[in-house]
Amino acid sequence: MMRVRQPGLLTTVQDLGRPGYQQYGVVVGGALDGFAARALNLCVGNDDNAALLEMAQTGPELVFDRDVLLAWGGADFAATVSGEPLPRERAVRVAAGEVVSFGPARGGLRAWLALAGGIDVPVVMGSRSTYRRAGIGGHQGRSLAAGDVLKVFPPSAWAEQVMAALAADKRRATAWTVRPEVMGKPAKPGIVRALRGPECEWFTKEARHAFFSAEWRATKEADRMGVRLQGPALALAAPREMISSSVNAGVVQVPPAGQPIVLLPSRQSVGGYPRLAAVVTADLGRIAQLRPGDTVRFVETTLATAHDIYLARERDLQRVRMGLARLSA
Amino acid sequence: MQITPLGDTALVLEAGSVIDEPTHRRVQTAWRALAAAPLPGVSELVPAYTTVTVFYDPWAAVQAGAPEQNITDWLATQLRERLKNPPKSAKPESKLVEIPVCYGGEFGPDLGRVATQAKIPPEEVIRRHGKAEYPVHLIGFAPGFPYLGGLPKELHTPRHPKPRMSVPPGSVGIGGAQTGIYPLATPGGWNLIGRTPLRIFRPEQNPPVLLTAGDRVKFRAITPLEFARLEERP
Repeated sequence: MMRVRQPGLLTTVQDLGRPGYQQYGVVVGGALDGFAARALNLCVGNDDNAALLEMAQTGPELVFDRDVLLAWGGADFAATVSGEPLPRERAVRVAAGEVVSFGPARGGLRAWLALAGGIDVPVVMGSRSTYRRAGIGGHQGRSLAAGDVLKVFPPSAWAEQVMAALAADKRRATAWTVRPEVMGKPAKPGIVRALRGPECEWFTKEARHAFFSAEWRATKEADRMGVRLQGPALALAAPREMISSSVNAGVVQVPPAGQPIVLLPSRQSVGGYPRLAAVVTADLGRIAQLRPGDTVRFVETTLATAHDIYLARERDLQRVRMGLARLSA
Repeated sequence: MQITPLGDTALVLEAGSVIDEPTHRRVQTAWRALAAAPLPGVSELVPAYTTVTVFYDPWAAVQAGAPEQNITDWLATQLRERLKNPPKSAKPESKLVEIPVCYGGEFGPDLGRVATQAKIPPEEVIRRHGKAEYPVHLIGFAPGFPYLGGLPKELHTPRHPKPRMSVPPGSVGIGGAQTGIYPLATPGGWNLIGRTPLRIFRPEQNPPVLLTAGDRVKFRAITPLEFARLEERP
């Protein structure tokens, strides 16, 4: 069992989302950086899709009633366990009663905390993700509150072994860590790769050029649905009404005022604004980390390159999975 | 049918460029053909007014045989094949759903507003709204929210300039040329003419919604007493 001493600003239970229900108007949702969430789950011997915690801006303070193995990563939240720094991106042993505390986020906005076994909340429409607007999924369909008690599934045999080995050596954490590129740490900060969107040609040549060259500033209007950016006004070549159609995580919508919104996984299933561009899936986690005032530039890439990058991220995870499986032998 | 990428994990099939009955039928036919049997690498299909969007996982597509250098063309070929030769076990046909609605009063505070702009009495708004048959073009905005076509022209009413902070679930609204039903208490700018006692979004059931794209809807006027009798609670 995990007890929530302090909930943080917006801590929710997430997995990889609820695909298959967009036809019913249900958002996909899930961890805003799916690759990072999967890597952290692997660190504690979970399936990729196990439910974990996502925190934003200010993290929670947690305590467990038994020894647990956990892994966390994302932005820097000044995390501690019993007052000592909590090692990141590796498996960490936390004893029953120790306080795990996350502070305010620095150098990003969000982080994820995986627990060996995964969080035990009911599956709703194929997922344990919190869907706050509908009040379903996760822990009672809402973000965590002080005093909440959440169940955790038993750890895998592999995780038990890692915990026993750490305990025998009186060690806090494993020496191995997940490599930064597996977690999606950018080679060049502030650069995000994007494709042209279906309505790209609706915009003026100047607008298209501006989108792929200007420096865009993240505004305060940012949540799990998307991030509104500020920069040069993006104009349509001629007034034109868009017929509502599907959107996708990463899609860059441009409302009439000309300031783009980059959609994140909790976006609605349909949208009615022209879709100028789409951020590649592998870079979506960087959008989720933008703090108000942070800047970002979009570089245009091709669909074939986007798929290359996507497959490379999958292969990175495969290597982590195989590497960790060998460790237990 | 034109196929356009929507990011690196979706393709949009375009069945037309206007909202009308033939386009709606083409969307439905394509959606049924694609949904009849699983397509390799495809995770979900989302129909809208003029499009069917096909979501895929590039990794799963490669595992299913797509060449790494050209996942998009491989998927597009699979989709075109399927559209040309739809399996016999196509999805079930659309259903006609009757929605009981208690019009006016506290259930539909904007009935008078719609009547005034249509220059007809409120009873006539109810009669005409109930006489039409509405195709469900798509479900979106909120879980289970149906975008209905076929609203009689005289009932078209502009949205409220300032949306209400919270619209009661089950409210039947008119927004411009569209009519729909609010499944959840959400903000909303449509004119509320009545409310249905039926639950539009039912997450514990499969499918989790009363209406799906392709269904047809008829509204039936009921009294507040009937509303109380029929009211569904989670």
